[in-house]
Amino acid sequence: MQKLNLKGLTKRYGEVAVVDHIDLSLQEGEFVSLLGPSGCGKTTTLRMIAGFIDPSEGTIEMNDRLMSSPSAAVPPERRNMSMIFQSYAIWPNMNVFENVAFGLRARKLPNDVVRRRTTEMLEIVKLDQLSERYPNELSGGQQQRVALARAIVVKPEVLLLDEPLSNLDANLREEMRGEIRRLHDEFRITTVYVTHDQSEAMAISDRIAVMNKGKVDQLDVPVNIYRRPKTRFVAGFIGRTNFIEGRPNGEVIDFSGFNVARSSLGTAAIPAGISTFSVRPQSMEVLSARPADTKEPVLAGKIASRTFLGETWDYTFASESGLRLRVVSAPANALEKDQSVWLRIDPSQIVRVEDSPADA
Amino acid sequence: MVDIRADSAAAIPSSPPARNRDLRPKRTFDPMIILWIVLALLLLFLIVNPLLRLIVDSFRQVNGSELTFANYISAFSRARHIQAVINTLWMASFASLIAASMAVPLAWAVSRTDMPGRDLAHASVIAAFIIPTFLGAIGWMLLAGPNAGWLNKIWVGIFGTATGPFNLFSFWGLCFVVGIYAFPLIYVFTRSALDLISTEMEEAAAVHGAGTLRTMMKVTLPLALPAILGAFILVFLETMALYGTPALIAIPARYNVATTQLATFFEHPIRVEVAAAFSMPLIGVTILLLWVQRLLLSNRSYVSVSGKGGDRRIIRLGPWKWMLAGYALFISLVTVLLPLIVLLHCAFAKAWGRGASLSNFTLDNFYHIFFEQMTVRQSMWNTFSYAAVTATFCCAFGFGVAYIVQRRLLPFTSVLAFLALSPVIIPGIVLAICFYAAYAGAPFYLYGTSAIIIIAFITRFMPIAFVTVGTGIRSINPELEEAVRILGGNRLMVLRRVVGPLLKKTLLGAWILTFVLATRELSTAVFLSGPETRVISVLTLDLSEQGRYEILAAMGVVLLFVTTAVVLAGMRVLGRDFMLRRT
Repeated sequence: MQKLNLKGLTKRYGEVAVVDHIDLSLQEGEFVSLLGPSGCGKTTTLRMIAGFIDPSEGTIEMNDRLMSSPSAAVPPERRNMSMIFQSYAIWPNMNVFENVAFGLRARKLPNDVVRRRTTEMLEIVKLDQLSERYPNELSGGQQQRVALARAIVVKPEVLLLDEPLSNLDANLREEMRGEIRRLHDEFRITTVYVTHDQSEAMAISDRIAVMNKGKVDQLDVPVNIYRRPKTRFVAGFIGRTNFIEGRPNGEVIDFSGFNVARSSLGTAAIPAGISTFSVRPQSMEVLSARPADTKEPVLAGKIASRTFLGETWDYTFASESGLRLRVVSAPANALEKDQSVWLRIDPSQIVRVEDSPADA
Repeated sequence: MVDIRADSAAAIPSSPPARNRDLRPKRTFDPMIILWIVLALLLLFLIVNPLLRLIVDSFRQVNGSELTFANYISAFSRARHIQAVINTLWMASFASLIAASMAVPLAWAVSRTDMPGRDLAHASVIAAFIIPTFLGAIGWMLLAGPNAGWLNKIWVGIFGTATGPFNLFSFWGLCFVVGIYAFPLIYVFTRSALDLISTEMEEAAAVHGAGTLRTMMKVTLPLALPAILGAFILVFLETMALYGTPALIAIPARYNVATTQLATFFEHPIRVEVAAAFSMPLIGVTILLLWVQRLLLSNRSYVSVSGKGGDRRIIRLGPWKWMLAGYALFISLVTVLLPLIVLLHCAFAKAWGRGASLSNFTLDNFYHIFFEQMTVRQSMWNTFSYAAVTATFCCAFGFGVAYIVQRRLLPFTSVLAFLALSPVIIPGIVLAICFYAAYAGAPFYLYGTSAIIIIAFITRFMPIAFVTVGTGIRSINPELEEAVRILGGNRLMVLRRVVGPLLKKTLLGAWILTFVLATRELSTAVFLSGPETRVISVLTLDLSEQGRYEILAAMGVVLLFVTTAVVLAGMRVLGRDFMLRRT
């Protein structure tokens, strides 16, 4: 069943379309991330779903009922959603218990129900010992848990999260990421999660909508976002990549210095003329000797520069045909600068990418 | 683990789906518009209309309706009138210089050095800030009046001369008294600028070979200079618009300044129109200088600082620290201790000139003002009740406007903000003329009522309440309010459960600040109060003229006592320096 449905959602400030005709629908219980750089419209989209901003065009429906349209809107307090804010927005004048109980009290539930559900929720997020504390006595991680408990205890139809981990340090971020996913798996609340951190989105989401300049470039499961990026923007934003140009020539695609059979490429349809392809640094291998007997394309060249990053070597490979490619290699595979090397490419990981709709 | 899902699903219908009746069409008419109109009308009534009336009246025939330049001609054709404006500029300049020469070294000493008694010096500045200028002036009249003044008597007693050397009723006496009660403002601005300058800047200078003095002159002071100059301008404007001290000191000294000249237009026959014309240069200078001040402070490049630069390095002054401490003690003596001592003595004396002795001690003055003298009692009651009403309205109104402006709840909020701030361009005494022109006569006939004084006070202190409350609101993250909404609370709940509790202290601070300022307001009240609606400050001028200093001092002590109690209560709740945070 479709839980949340955005149709042609647009927000303009003056002439600028911050969000530009977005279509997105979430299944019941699904966890979808809106991923993109700052200014891509992801937070505006989230705030439109929450009802804090009214759309200029398009509609938002929840459970097949209209929530937002340019002419009418359900106010935030009547949407039965909850939200976790970047600042956590824990009320400093209330203790942990009162913070978590707030939504239940706003729904005018009887006192004993409020008490029981709040206590249960605090146990689930392991804050039951701290229920009398005030927010300024809590660590960042604990505040985050209060925000989570407060949002989930009301059993919202949709849970919205606005970069909830950006204020935490790296270790805590990983822990809280796990916590958010655990609570999602437990309660199956339909969730929209806004982040600019691609690894966070990868780790936590069922599907990811990658946004660029107000438009959704690609909506897909995390693996496909990484392995089969649809646009140049997605390929570049998610991880690192090399862009190379190729031109179809019969049953093969010609790249500079090598060619690959159409059928072995990662992308099926390739139009005539020059296309851009993405090839990840991880999908290639630099070798100090020419590999014997391989079906994969091999390029001769040199190491143009190298950086040791601890977990990997980061090489720039310069082919004799004039390509410069970044390649990642294991620490054991140490090669000198200017050393003559060979590059083996996995053709199934060469993917054709288009221009972003926003850039077209 | 408890299964919260099964449990609550059975206990209550977990979340009722949003119904279509919740869908609120965007009507062309938003009920918030009513609020906007109410606020705009209030601001129109309090600010726009009085100011317009001032301008219109300045071009209107005296007691007539024709438009004319005659008022400007009668206001500025007499040499005496022009001289008053020039005198004002001289007086304000010298008073501001005196204030700066006290404030800047003191601020530097307290902020940066190992001068002994820094906390006491700071407390003394707060005390000087609390003492109303007109009471300070009375205190100094008793101290340095030409014949009977204490200091002169002591001088005569010691050196056996015929007369003492001090004559307060002179140009320099005027500048001195005005300056010493204006200095706290410069101190506050200088100190906060010095507190913000990173000591790393100074250490960098030291590393490159500059000594303490050189570092101070070449690095510290230049960095703080825009803030000091900005405060200097504010003090200049404040002293320029001052009425009380000039009325007490300049009139006996036969020295005419702009504000005392304005007052003569209010002697019979009252010529409001000429007063309006005469006040235009005051407004002009105010606008010009406020603009300069904004330019100075908006150039942020000088504050090479964001937050505090780690540990404050304290400058060791060696033996010089005692000299500086002596200077601080001197400041404390002339601004607080000496005037307070003579006022207290006078309040408990049968006759103030007879010196301190048990035979001269009496409580009659207090009995008198509380139980016999109805004018005094009435004016004390008026003072505190007007101040309380003013403070309450200013805070409520300031909150309303500031909240709407900050959260952009309504269109054209910047207009509201502009209007709420605009009274800063009108000196208090000119504001009195505005309100006299607008509401004293037909069709409102408010002259002599409490209402006209209170609305004038509200207008006068609106900007400060608006700014103080606005700063408080700005510190509340809007997400705290959005969290209420998304969890099911409406706008009212946002105010009741989150904004209200979080803003409580700010509102209390703003209330106390406006209350204290309103209890001492003189220039706005002076032309507006009738026989029944006099306030302490206005009565001070009358009693001083009649030479009834004992009664006057007793009244002043009551005023100081109430003010101090309110401020101390505020300090307990809000911290020591809440009164000094000014923008």
